Formats: sequence, structure tokens, C-alpha cells
Amino acid sequence: MYSFNYHRAASVADAAKLLESGDAKLLSGGMTLIPAMKTRLAAPSDLVDLSHIEELKGIEVAGSTITIRAATTHHDVASDEKLKKACPALAHMASRIGDPAVRYKGTIGGSIANNDPAADYPAALLALDATIVTNKREIAADAFFTGLFETALEDGEIVTAVTFTAPAKAAYEKFRNPASRYAIVGVFVANGADGVRVAVTGAGDSGVFRSKEIEAALATNFDAAALNGVKVPANDLMSDIHASADYRANLIVVMAKRAVAAANA
Amino acid sequence: MSEISLTVNGKRVSGTAEDRTLLVHFLRENLGLTGTHVGCDTSQCGACVIHVDGKAVKSCTMLAVQASGSSVVTIEGLADGADLHPMQAAFKEHHGLQCGFCTPGMIMTATDMVNRHPEGLDEATVRAELEGNICRCTGYHNIVKAILAASETMSSKGKARQAA
Amino acid sequence: MGIEGVGARVARKEDKRFITGAGRYVDDMVVPGMKHAAFVRSPHAHAQIKNIDVTKAQSMPGVIGVLTGKELKADGIGNLICGWMIHSKDGSPMKMGAWSPLAFDRVRYVGDAVVVVVAETKGQARDAAEAVDISYEELKAVVDAPKALERSAPQIHPEADGNLIFDWELGDSAATNAAIKAAAHITRMKIVNNRLVPNAMEPRAALGHYDKAEDHYTCWTTSQNPHLARLVMSAFYNVAPENKLRVIAPDVGGGFGSKIYIYPEEIICLWASKKTGVPVKWVADRTESFLTDAHGRDHVSTVEMAFDKDNRITGLKVDTIANLGAYMSLFSSCVPTYLYATLLSGQYDIPAIHANVRAVYTNTAPVDAYRGAGRPEATYLLERTMETAARELGVSPAELRRKNFITSFPHQTPVIMNYDAGDYAASLDAAMAAADYAGFAQRKADAANRGKLRGIGMSCYIEACGLAPSAAVGSLGAGVGLWESAEVRVNAAGTIEVLTGSHSHGQGHETTFAQLVNQRFGVPIDSVSIVHGDTDKVQMGMGTYGSRSGAVGMSAVVKALDKVEAKAKKIAAHLLEADEGDIVIENGALKVAGTDKQVPWFQMALAAYTAHNLPGGMEPGLKETSFYDPSNFTFPAGCYVCEVEIDPETGVTEVVQFVAADDFGNIINPMIVEGQVHGGVAQGIGQALLEGTRYDASGQLLTASYMDYTMPRADDLPSFKVSTSNTPCPGNPLGIKGCGEAGAIGSPPAVINAITDAIGITDIAMPASPSTVWAAIRATKH
Repeated sequence: MYSFNYHRAASVADAAKLLESGDAKLLSGGMTLIPAMKTRLAAPSDLVDLSHIEELKGIEVAGSTITIRAATTHHDVASDEKLKKACPALAHMASRIGDPAVRYKGTIGGSIANNDPAADYPAALLALDATIVTNKREIAADAFFTGLFETALEDGEIVTAVTFTAPAKAAYEKFRNPASRYAIVGVFVANGADGVRVAVTGAGDSGVFRSKEIEAALATNFDAAALNGVKVPANDLMSDIHASADYRANLIVVMAKRAVAAANA
Repeated sequence: MSEISLTVNGKRVSGTAEDRTLLVHFLRENLGLTGTHVGCDTSQCGACVIHVDGKAVKSCTMLAVQASGSSVVTIEGLADGADLHPMQAAFKEHHGLQCGFCTPGMIMTATDMVNRHPEGLDEATVRAELEGNICRCTGYHNIVKAILAASETMSSKGKARQAA
Repeated sequence: MGIEGVGARVARKEDKRFITGAGRYVDDMVVPGMKHAAFVRSPHAHAQIKNIDVTKAQSMPGVIGVLTGKELKADGIGNLICGWMIHSKDGSPMKMGAWSPLAFDRVRYVGDAVVVVVAETKGQARDAAEAVDISYEELKAVVDAPKALERSAPQIHPEADGNLIFDWELGDSAATNAAIKAAAHITRMKIVNNRLVPNAMEPRAALGHYDKAEDHYTCWTTSQNPHLARLVMSAFYNVAPENKLRVIAPDVGGGFGSKIYIYPEEIICLWASKKTGVPVKWVADRTESFLTDAHGRDHVSTVEMAFDKDNRITGLKVDTIANLGAYMSLFSSCVPTYLYATLLSGQYDIPAIHANVRAVYTNTAPVDAYRGAGRPEATYLLERTMETAARELGVSPAELRRKNFITSFPHQTPVIMNYDAGDYAASLDAAMAAADYAGFAQRKADAANRGKLRGIGMSCYIEACGLAPSAAVGSLGAGVGLWESAEVRVNAAGTIEVLTGSHSHGQGHETTFAQLVNQRFGVPIDSVSIVHGDTDKVQMGMGTYGSRSGAVGMSAVVKALDKVEAKAKKIAAHLLEADEGDIVIENGALKVAGTDKQVPWFQMALAAYTAHNLPGGMEPGLKETSFYDPSNFTFPAGCYVCEVEIDPETGVTEVVQFVAADDFGNIINPMIVEGQVHGGVAQGIGQALLEGTRYDASGQLLTASYMDYTMPRADDLPSFKVSTSNTPCPGNPLGIKGCGEAGAIGSPPAVINAITDAIGITDIAMPASPSTVWAAIRATKH
């Protein structure tokens, strides 16, 4: 790891100010950033630690509106009783991110700001049509995730919360990379007031995306059988030593079927 | 450089370290607590697992300065004086270790696992929950056995305490 | 047996320190004034070094020294060697290329060490290592062994023309060809044994300390055999004479073969300590381990197995290309030869066998022994072929094996080995019963109803352990003897220290070796200390690998105990005024048989040291040494049955049942033996399903961390059903065969046989990862 200066922010405003110095980066759970720094792939001049800001923690459920503050850990999302009732799919998804030690530290804000193409939260937020709240504005998930490790966040902008309306039915199914245990394919399906949204992580050449083919098939019939024979094109999917694009295309349909079945169960 | 103060295994400690010092290195090099190990660079092997404020975390993926102000328990602080923690005793009884390198992290993960599952554990849950801990010697067979046995001991002890 | 004696399931003495965090591994060692090393390694698989500029690195904060290969050479430090001479079939010696601990003219694989930086902290050493400016002229690289033999391949070492290290054969070519010509059926296969990275959880580490006043070196290192490290570093690498070099292998976190060898880093830490005047520690990070630890396996073979009309095997012809990587590691040459081709008879009576092995340089990490070493490759080849033959012949795989089993012993195979004892049908029967083989058809039907493909596969393995005898291995090219030593010291108050040349890095010697003493003298194991891993404490020894600690190391202890017992009885007889032949040892006392006259063990020991009343002419003290050289290899064998269920939609294979029925001869501690089987099987299932080492065509290692190299996790594996049967080994005093490697040897073919059975195909590449299995299923539909 290269040298840097550590700062512990007391508030979002404090963090925003600290972020102005040098090539500063935000540190939340650190589950991706610290490994990247250890292997010298990331070299910030300063780290601004968000994990002690109380206003960034907690989950609120008001009717069908759910708000999760940015520094809420995966563990807390997975075990929140209100959320488990209002949107069990998301709690369940959080319970399968990384391993137990990672879930104690990793946060929803950190995950989406990093937008790793194999991370789980981007698929959930895209399928849930969530809104990402920052210290400056609100951004629709459709506009937020812009590419591999790329988001609509501007310099100095800090994710403070995500908010969404709980869908009637939803589920997430993940096929894990046997080595890293990140998603090779993760499919989040949500059947909400505005119809069916299906988002895929781990597979896209440019990160998380919505599957037109699967959404179309499920639009009129939210049933796993509606996906029989559906094919997802492999052109824009990743190929690596663990999975070819064809294999990923197959897995997208298989995981989508299983997710729909779970959502209906 | 930052001033770091922690409670480690019940004792207040402090020291100065570069901001880039990982918590595992602070424990090992500044405090001489070498029971916590480093087995990989990618936060996957779990040899470095300790408890920070009651939660099992990977001390190779946390800066010492991040932990400042926290209460830390390492493998050296798990036993109650001369009495082994039930998880330590179970690992010995069931031969849940061979070379011993992954063992401290395994035990710290396992105690946290039992704490998170007051309803009890089954084999499938134990295996799933060990995702973040890699052992190359045991094939996990006896680790799983040890954790299930310790889980029983710990919950019967808990029940006995409640009854008393 | 007593509660702590031979055969007892005794909890391990050594566990206390490991479960309380008090283990002492190399990285836990701190020497006053100690500094840290970081290596600058080649980013290229093959390149000429044009220039090395260290000026910027030298001026970085905290830097104490930046040292290069030229300086190393100038100081007379020698090249690394391979210690087992193999001659090609034309009689020429193997072609060993030069391996400088620090490359100075050419680099031959990604990770090749070029420069070492010593600095105040690890971070500063790495900062400075990045500032070393090396200019390379890149050369074409080759990573695949068959391609390295092609005429267009780049030449890696000037010494090895066409990258061929040796072209070796074993067995009778003419007889084998004749058998194939006359065969009623021939099964032919191409067999690929995938390259593995051993991945002991403790990364390699070394701490070198040069004491200027004494002109003496101490090296703490993650070694399976510290005495061998001292011998090689003294005799071949010219680091220091043996009497001025102490090597300590303290607690070592797993080895699996990868910590047998003497690597550049420990040599350089010692040399750099003298150069810089400070103790120097280096600890590998995991990616460094992936790049530079000796890898395992990596064979490409063709096989022809001939049968007569009664389905008896009449001949076996094997042609193998073995990838040895960029340099010849310490024992690399014996792995694809004498540890491989000599086991090609398996458990079967095969009249004619011929094996040809070509060993090849490539631009990859050196390849050497990894758990099983040669024997897994032989077993995989043979047991995959047997399974395929059974399917081709339309007979049950179990019965085809049974029909061809060797049933009388001793049995001389056509490939050197003389099997001394075994009962292969007993293991097969035990495994099939434990696996409920008969109920498989129903389970397969049930799985089909759930949309799953279920398959069953078996493997009947044999291996050779306790590498020996010294004279025999010497005649086959070994550069060292393969005996073991022991010293038993009975202290004046009766407690005992056993000094052994074996080294425990997870095997539990502190317990099992003490059980031997308890069995013999009745002394509680808590009063017996096992001392190992330090060349200043322990007499010369050969270390632990090849499942040799029981068969060879413990036998040496037995021989020393024999001598102690004889002297103890003499002393007791003298004290009791009895005949030496009437003395028996029972319950911690030496007794005159059939009387109540006795002297407690501790009192006899005290008498040996007070020397007030010893038999005339007897030297005081009670301490005996033994060097034991075995008379033969040992031959553990067994049968493994694996049952899998495959999800055809995803290609995920679940091992739903794994049965191991082994014959290890006599067993000292069944709990520890079972643990060895569990671990070995996990590594074998890892090889079959999960672990694949991948280089790209340019020689970059694509699987250089746990993000890409799939280590078996708890949820990849089932609980195992293990059992043992026993035909005692006649070749050593304890009747032990060895158990360390069996699991890794026997399991991969059982898994792949089960997968191919489930899918209905002949072969699938290891690791049979989900994507590979899915593609194989898809291919059956087109």
C-alpha cells in the first residue's frame, strides 16, 4: 500500500470538505478499496472515513417507501426485521454478499459508488427502480450506473441514501464465481407498480444492465414458465477464464427463472 | 502517522503507526500478538479474522487507524484465563486443525457464527458460513464437526446461565 | 493398547499453542535490528535483461541495500540445482539449465527474482522495489509443454536443445508392443493432468541472520526439511559451511511438497544479511506464492491399454510429456519418472508395461512434487483408462478391476516395484458397501426426477511411500540418501526427549511420536517431548515428504528405543540383581517377570545418570541414536468411490457422497490418519473440480490469487466416509505404510469417473468447473 493521510469525518458536510484535498477518496466499509490499495492498484492521497457518521446509518420503512442510508452495512440490511417484511428479496440478497466478515463492514453506499461489474447491489437498485440520494441531488438508478466501475457521481459528491418503493414481488438469484465468489451472473427480478424490471450483474461488458428479453417475456406473465425458450444475446456479455459469454447468457435465463419462481413462492 | 488507541483483549493499548498500517500488522508488529495471521492479499482466506466491537472482521482489510477507539478481541484473548473457550476445546477434541495456520481465524469466525445463530447450527449452515475462511489441511470435515459440537456446548452453557 | 499408546485416538499435544494463538511461524520471529526484504520480479515470461538501474531505489526512504544478481555471482553464490540425476534412454544425462537465485542476464518466467531491496519496513522495501528500473528485451514465450517441443518454440536454456530436458523410458517396449498387437481390445486415451498450485496457507518466508563476530549464519525458513536445506545451501549454493549455518524450521503452516525445496529467497536473505549487516526477513504475499512456489502435476499423456478376450490386461503403453517449468526445481526430475512410471501397474497384474517420458522446459513456474508427486498422475491415467475400458467392454468397472487385481504377495511389477503386502479386494468391497453401490440405480432415478444427473465413479489406487532404500534410490539417480534418524534422550528424572529428523507441519508428530514412547515405556506422552526442525538441536535428518515420517521416521525412533530399552533393562537387572532377560517394562516400571521385584522407570533413569551403581564397564547416561534405512518402499492402497449430482442447467457438480477405504497398514493414531485422508481427498476433489492453473499464451499467470484460483471451500465439499483395513507392512518394524498422500492420489479419477458417468461422456478436462461441465452437457445435445 502507498502512503496516504487518513481523516475521520464527523458529518457528511465534513466529509465533503475533506474530499476536496488532493486525490482524496471516500472510505466506507473498505471491502473493495483496501484490497485495491494493498495491491497498489489504487493510490489515493487521502482517505475520508465515513463509517463514523451516524446520519449515514439506518433503514427506514414508511408504508411501501424504503430508505437505506449509505453507510448501512450488508449485515444490517440482511438482518433488519422491517426490511425483511417490506422487501425480503433485498435483505436476502444482502445476506449473500461476500462472506460474514465482509458483510459486517461492507456498505450499500460503498458498493454502489464503486459499481463493480460483479457486485450485487447495482442489480437490485436497477431492478427496484431506486433513487440514489447524494449530498447534492437525487439520481435515478437507470442514470446512476454508467459503466464498469463508473457512476454518475461527480467529484465531491457523496451517496447518502438509496430509496425505493417496495415491489409486490421480487427475488435475486446469483451464480457465483467459484473462486472469487462474486457474481458471474446475478439476476434481480422485481414485479412492481410500474411493471416488471429485471437487472443483471456480473455478466455485462459494460456493467449492470436490464434484460429487455426477460422483461418482455415476464411483462404479461410473471411466471418462470414464461421464460422457457427465451434467449439472451451473448454479444455484449463478458468472457473470461471462468465463464464464456454463451455460458453467461445461459445462466442469465436460468437465474431469472429461479428468481421468478422464488419471488412467486 | 496517527496515534492509535484500542482496547485489545481487555487491555487499553496505544501506539503510533503510519496511516497505511493494516490492523493485522499493528496487532502483530506493534503489539506482538502474532496469533492473527495473513494468508492472502485479497481478503478471502480469513486467517486474519478477529473481533472488533463484537463482530468478526478481517483485520487485513481494515486500517489500524480505522479501528482506533474500538474494542478488539484476538485469538490470544479468547480463553478465559487457563480455561479454553468451548470453540478452542472443540477444535482440539475433534482434530479441527493440522498445521494451525488458519486456525485462529477459523475459531474467531466460528465463535461469531455461533453467536449469530442462537437457534443452533446445522452442517449446511456451518459450511456456508465458512465461505470466508480457507483451510488447506483438514478438508473442513473436522472443522465442521468441531463447530457443531462447540455450538451445542455454547448454547447449553448459555441455557444453564439463563436458568441460574 | 493403552490410552496414549499405539492405536489410540489421542488428542494432539501441539494443539494448545495453535488454538491459543501461540504458534511460532517464521513471520512471527523477530530478531533485534531485523529489516525487511522485497523482491523485484520479472513481469515477463521470457526476456533478456538489458540494464538494471538501482540508483533511484537506493535513495528511497528507509532503504538499506539494493542488491543484484551480478553481486551475488561475484560473491560466489551458486546456482540452484536439481538433486536427482535422470539419464535419457540414449544414456545422456539430463540437460539442466542454469538457475541463478537472482537473474542477471535472462528471465524465464513471470516472477523470476531479479533484484532484492532491504529496507526498514516492508512498505518501504516495496516502495523502493517499484523504483528499480530494469529494461528488458522481450522474447517469445512458451507455456504449454507439447508446444515447447515444437521446432518453432523459443529456446529457453542453451543447455537443453529444443527445451527437452530428458527423454526417458521404463519397461519393456517390445513386449508391450507385442501385447498391444495381440490384444482382443485396446482402450486408448489422451490424459491431461492439470497444473496445480500447492497453496499451503502459510506463505513461504525466510529470515536470514549473519553474526559477524562469530562468522555464523542462522536461517529461519518455512521448510519441510531443514537439514536438507542446510546441506544444499552449504554444499551447492556456497552460502556457508554447514558448521557455520543453522537452519530452523519452526512451526510451518502446511507444505504439501512445496516447502521441500530450497528456493532463491532463503539463500538471498542469508547473503543479504551479510551484505547489509542486518537480519533480513522476507515473507511472500499470496500472489508471490502463486507465481513462485513450485507448482504440481502438468502432464499430457497418451495411453494404450491392451486386454485379452477374457478382459485381462495384457499390456500398457504410456507416453507422457511433463512440464517442468522454467527451471529444474530440487526434485523435479524424479517426479515424472521414478515416482510416476514405477506406479503404472497400479493394483493390477500387468505383464508388460512401457512408459516414455519427456520432460520439458517452459516459461512457467518450476514444477516439482506436490502431495502425491507422480503417483496421482499415474493413478489418474490408469484409473481413468480402467473406467473407460469397462464402459467400452460393457462390464462393471468394479468387476473389471477385481478380475485384474494382484492377489499374491510379494508381487514384482514390470516397472521396478516389488509390492510387499495388500488386499485390494478388501478395500474395494469395503468402499462399495460404504457407498451402497447397489442402491445407486435407484438414487440415479430419483435424481433424474429432480432434474439432476447423478453419476458414480471409483478409483483403486496404489502408491509408494517412505522413499527408500538409500542404495536403491542412489542407483536411480538420487543425490541424497533417504533414511531417517532419531535420538532418544532419557533424562535423569525419567522424562524423555525424542529428536527426529522428520518435520511436522501439520502431521501431529509431537503426539504420534510420543505415543510410540508411551507404548514402549509407559511414560505419559506429556513427559515425552518431540524435538524437530532445528539443525543445531537435531542430528542430521531428511525431513518430511512422501508420507515417510511414519514408515521411516518412526522406524528410526523404534530403533533408538530398542537400544534405550536394552540398556535400561541392563541397568534394572543390575539394580534388581536379576537376569537381564527376565526384565519386562510394564506400567512405568522395570520388573522381574513373575515376581514383585521392580524399579520405577524414573529411578532406573536416575541410576543411569548418578552412575553410582551401574553394571561393570557400562557408560553413564541413557541416550541412544539410530539411523534407519528402510529395506523397501511401502505400498498403501485403497478404493475410493465418488457420487455426484450435476445440475444440467448450470453445470454445477455437487459431490453428494465420497467414500475412502484405505489400507495404511498399522496405524498409530486413527484420528490423525483420518484427518490426513480428509485433507488429501479435499485436495484431490479440488484438482478434479476446482483448481486450474492458467497461463495465457504470453506466460502471464491468470490465476495468481484466490480471486481466480478456486481453493476448495467448506461448501464445496461433503463430509467424508472413511475407513481403513490393514495388511501390515512387512518392511518396517511398525508395519506402517503411510497415509499423507493417499487422499490426493486416489480421489481425482473417482470424481471424474463419476462426472463422465453422470453425463454419459468419455472424458472431461480437469478442473470440471461448472462452465466446463455445462459445455460438455451441451455438446452431447448437438
